Amino acid sequence: MQLGSLKPLRVAVAAIFLGLTAFLFLDFREIGARSMADAVLYLQFAPSFLNFLEAATLGATGFLIVIVLTLAFGRVYCSTICPLGALQDVLGRLGGRRRYRFTKAHNGIRYAVLGLTVVLFVAGSGLLLNLLEPFSNFGRILSNLVRPLLLAANNLAALVFEQAGYHGLYRVRWPAIAPLSMGVALAMLLLVGWLSTGRGRLYCNTLCPVGTLLGILSRFSVFRIRFDSGACRECGRCERVCKAECIDFKAQSVDASRCVGCYNCLAVCPDNALRLSGASGSGSGGAGENPGRRKFLIGLVAGSVGLAATGANAASPPSAMSDAAPPPAVTPSRSTTVPEKRTSPVSPPGSRSIKHFTSRCTACHLCVSACPSRVLAPSLFEYGLSGMMQPRMSFQSAHCNFDCTVCSEICPSGAILPLSKERKQRTQVGVAQFIRENCVVYTDNTNCGACSEHCPTKAVHMVPYLNGPGRKLVIPEVNAAICVGCGGCEHACPTRPYKAIYVNGNPSHKLAEKPVVEKMEPLPDTGEDFPF
Amino acid sequence: MDRRDFLKKTLSGTIVAGATLAFGKVGGFWNAAADAAESGKTWDLVAVRGGGPDAMFDSAISAYGGMRTFVSRGSKVVVKPNIGWDVPPERGGNTNPKLVTRIVEHCLDAGASEVTVFDHSCDSWRQCYLNSGIGEAVEKAGGKMVSADSKGYYREVSVPKGKRLNKALVHQALLDADVFFNVPVLKDHSSSMLTASMKNLMGVVWDRWYWHRNDLHQCIADFSSFRRPDLTIVDAYNVMKRNGPRGVSVNDVVNMKAQVLSTDFVAADAAAAKLYGVEPSDVRHIRLAAEMGLGRMDLQNLSINRIKLG
Repeated sequence: MQLGSLKPLRVAVAAIFLGLTAFLFLDFREIGARSMADAVLYLQFAPSFLNFLEAATLGATGFLIVIVLTLAFGRVYCSTICPLGALQDVLGRLGGRRRYRFTKAHNGIRYAVLGLTVVLFVAGSGLLLNLLEPFSNFGRILSNLVRPLLLAANNLAALVFEQAGYHGLYRVRWPAIAPLSMGVALAMLLLVGWLSTGRGRLYCNTLCPVGTLLGILSRFSVFRIRFDSGACRECGRCERVCKAECIDFKAQSVDASRCVGCYNCLAVCPDNALRLSGASGSGSGGAGENPGRRKFLIGLVAGSVGLAATGANAASPPSAMSDAAPPPAVTPSRSTTVPEKRTSPVSPPGSRSIKHFTSRCTACHLCVSACPSRVLAPSLFEYGLSGMMQPRMSFQSAHCNFDCTVCSEICPSGAILPLSKERKQRTQVGVAQFIRENCVVYTDNTNCGACSEHCPTKAVHMVPYLNGPGRKLVIPEVNAAICVGCGGCEHACPTRPYKAIYVNGNPSHKLAEKPVVEKMEPLPDTGEDFPF
Repeated sequence: MDRRDFLKKTLSGTIVAGATLAFGKVGGFWNAAADAAESGKTWDLVAVRGGGPDAMFDSAISAYGGMRTFVSRGSKVVVKPNIGWDVPPERGGNTNPKLVTRIVEHCLDAGASEVTVFDHSCDSWRQCYLNSGIGEAVEKAGGKMVSADSKGYYREVSVPKGKRLNKALVHQALLDADVFFNVPVLKDHSSSMLTASMKNLMGVVWDRWYWHRNDLHQCIADFSSFRRPDLTIVDAYNVMKRNGPRGVSVNDVVNMKAQVLSTDFVAADAAAAKLYGVEPSDVRHIRLAAEMGLGRMDLQNLSINRIKLG
């Protein structure tokens, strides 16, 4: 194979990964993301690794393949599989062609960042990982910024088509607005946009923990780009197209730890002076190798110092719901007075416990995008600082569909583990709490029962209540044993600002009892006759 | 000719086809031999028992003189079934898809220019449309399923006789329709006691929340004064007898094989209540609507066509 054709090959593979991954986050018509997700995301490094920590199954070995791939060919992960990497290439290209030149590696920063990320993670806080991990950042950019634009375009188009009587394009309701997540996504988009238009893959080579980790491995990679010193005429074209800024043509060195395997240099070299070879050429392992490692260790130690603070935040109590969608714009008849007492947020079914969930979730927001009911919403600080942006169940504008298991099927990191429908229907993520003083039946002496209507197990059932003249009043009662915490009751409860019924999360998910199915009492037998 | 004139004319002038026990293509109805002396009479209520949801509708609608009694050529029809829950047909949580399909077929056969079907569901709407079996069945029959999941689809209307409910946001498909068929499923309801015709109309408004907050039964009755459906068809084929309106399992359901049709949906609810096993006057919104003069619940004084099949 001609070395020059490696670049178009790389571009093609990257385009496929970028396209498919983007599709998963943007599939608002639910035409296939669910069935494709496992295959498309199999090789995503951080989610796969986290998944592997949970259960070392075949489906979670993608990161091992990436490691093998890196040891063989260097950081091709960064140039083909990583969607944020491909996005940076796209943004860089949009910003116009640029001439790059060799710079020294910012080893101090990158090893410190990696070290701190690892140390925090080991200590139980994924905060830094979640903020910097490339797949999750890509997901948040798509989910929080691109998807809303797509929905707006769809809804506008739907409006136009409806005028013509065509209803094939339907309007799609917005997800709950999450300013924090949108802000972080926007900040990251601006950062990688700015860096990629000016400095190529500087993000990957200074801030990205995955890039740095793979960079360490790629120092030992077998096939890497090397100079054939005899053939090089020092024209410098390779250095000018190297978006990793890792080629020093004068020194005829390529910093393998930063090379992302884009193969631009191979395509541009007129003399075939650059080779993808297994033989050790000039032995250029990269500048500043040793100081880098030293700093990495220093960073590791420094990180453990700062760890206590962030780790502690993970356990801090959740704050009130503040980023949920506003309630319907109708003046409430009478405001309720008793605030809900939430002692724990509600994590999605399949996440087992708040602890498990927050330690495995990288806040990529794939579940938020895929949730058909839109009940999953990025948190603010309900899970504590280190769990910010990790999705929680928000019943303000939706409830969890009883039969639905989409989030557990689609989660790439094992934060939400797969559940069968039967198991999901008994997974108790929280328990409904009734506040009688807020209930319409109590305050107005009229029937309501919206909570009980929505309850799929009838854990919330209506019992006789003080009867006014001619009124058969009934009021809710909760059977906690069969409640699954789906939030149907809370979502449907019409009282404002405080709900008369709400779901308090189970820090550890439980198994609800099955609703007892009694035999139906025999009907008054009318035969096939009419009772009127 | 407006709808009312059309209706009168058809009722007085036509004796149409009974042969609706006819199996097979709906297209044959209008050529079929006239049946029963009873057809052509203006019934207050038609009740059928003993057949499939589609067969029962065939015979009931022929007792009204056929679908052309209600649908004139070129008219826009809205069919409002109950598609509130993400449950399969056998759970009785939604209107039977066979009945909805049959109604759509009859409408198109009568020359309707379009038949639109929607419901503002409680569970996620696409799951409801899918798993109720109604979405696919309607589209196969040539009807149009439209979303009711966005506030933008609703327009504000006033409710003329409303005591607690004076205004509501109503789906535009209904507001733009010439003919309106209300097709509820009869079932148990945790707080309104039962769900049938009037309760089904909560699915044409955006803000159900307001109803629950402001005397549910009164709001249900109030809304009945907004627009009387041209015909109400109560599906009592599979009737959820407890744990309604969503139901917990198929064990909540009794196979009742019944159907009630009426141009007066208070009367339809009264008959449905009897089928379900309660007195109409015990269901507060039925009583309130009758008291407000929106319809009649005095079944003993109504002219009822009782049809038994099979």
